[in-house]
Amino acid sequence: MNNLFNYIDRPSPIHRLTGATKFVCLMLWSAAAMSTYDTRFLAILGAASLVMFKVSRIKYKDVSFLLSFTFVFLIMNNILVYLFSPLHGCEIYNSTTYLLPYTGHFAPTAEQLFYHLNYFLKYLATIPIVLLFVCTTNPSEFASSLNKIGVKYSVAYSVSLALRYIPDVQRQYHEISQASQARGIEMSRKTNIVNRLKSASTILIPLILTSMDRIEVISNAMELRGFGKRDKRTWYMAHPFRRPDIVCMIVCAILVVIAIALNIINGSRFYNPFMQI
Amino acid sequence: MKKLSVKTIVATGIGAALFFVLGRFVAIPSGVPDTNISVQYGLLGFIATVFGPVAGLLAGLIGHFFIDFSFGWGVWWSWVITSAFVGLATGLITSKLKVDEGEFAGKDIVWFIISSVIVHFVAWGLVAPVLDILIYSEPANKVFLQGLVSAGVNSITTAIVGTLLCVAYAHTIPKKGSLKEED
Repeated sequence: MNNLFNYIDRPSPIHRLTGATKFVCLMLWSAAAMSTYDTRFLAILGAASLVMFKVSRIKYKDVSFLLSFTFVFLIMNNILVYLFSPLHGCEIYNSTTYLLPYTGHFAPTAEQLFYHLNYFLKYLATIPIVLLFVCTTNPSEFASSLNKIGVKYSVAYSVSLALRYIPDVQRQYHEISQASQARGIEMSRKTNIVNRLKSASTILIPLILTSMDRIEVISNAMELRGFGKRDKRTWYMAHPFRRPDIVCMIVCAILVVIAIALNIINGSRFYNPFMQI
Repeated sequence: MKKLSVKTIVATGIGAALFFVLGRFVAIPSGVPDTNISVQYGLLGFIATVFGPVAGLLAGLIGHFFIDFSFGWGVWWSWVITSAFVGLATGLITSKLKVDEGEFAGKDIVWFIISSVIVHFVAWGLVAPVLDILIYSEPANKVFLQGLVSAGVNSITTAIVGTLLCVAYAHTIPKKGSLKEED
């Protein structure tokens, strides 16, 4: 199984930003991309995110596994939207332009295709940023950055524990599942749902019981080292903010303002090139 | 606010990791498209029952956040908050159960099942659709239908898987007073 939170350590300007900056920027950027459907704005965000990908020196093959997954999801969603409401675009843009002489329910319209383009752009504007965050942020720094933006350190520590143990739990799940399959427990599509649920729980019980032991061991170790004695703690991975950090956060904040302004100017969340004046 | 115990913090972290792995890789299709049987809610019920509402709330929040995150389609806040709510509410209702002292039989099981059914119906039938409408302005009939289907599926899974887990865990803990002095 692939590790999903694969931090890739390469020297780049993006890696040098603090985790707190990247987290704040990610939140602001997704807020900006989510709040509007303005095609021009989304296209700029998408192009910018691809440029940043280049700057971060993350290579395509590092993320191809994640990307292929997202791509399938994107295609599926587009097909579903088209099947369920092939005239969704016409409703949004209040006009209908048939592209072919055929004008049935499923006839392609310029509005519908434009809507799908927007849908695609929305993904293009957000997914590279999410991947960028995942690949360039050290998990331990992520926890310290949560603490920095005001989350209590005990909660931040839970997050970092979760990140630390996801690969372990994943590996253990895989081992137990293989062991059960070797003993003849059917987990695949060949059997019915009730049986699959049953066999899932035969994996679950050893997995949970070993995890309970693990909780015991870790909390004892932390208690022995005096975790939680003080109200504050320092972080080994924490960096102070520098100029690029502040610039990035300001730029992302401006993006949110632009997105909101565009929504007001356009009169809705959509940019409408089909409007007749 | 009372300081969180170290055990709660660790349980939250590991609970979130388990929630993530189960939610991400153990999707069992229920036959209806887009609705998977989510084994992770059984786990969440278990964590909330054993370690309390705070651990439940945070494990649901963090775990669900990571699931959405790793799929790369952005974070669907209304459902993340609903998961957190499930953890919190289950933890509060079941706080009188003493699974961590090895007691889970008869009445306790009935209480656990009834409370998780109630929690899931409130969460997916009410909290999630209302948040969907508030945050994403989705059509009401769609989200309430979706919500009721998930409520049904999730409460059944939680009742089955959660109970199995609680029973199994309670068995591993020696009960108070189970040792007797030899005459």
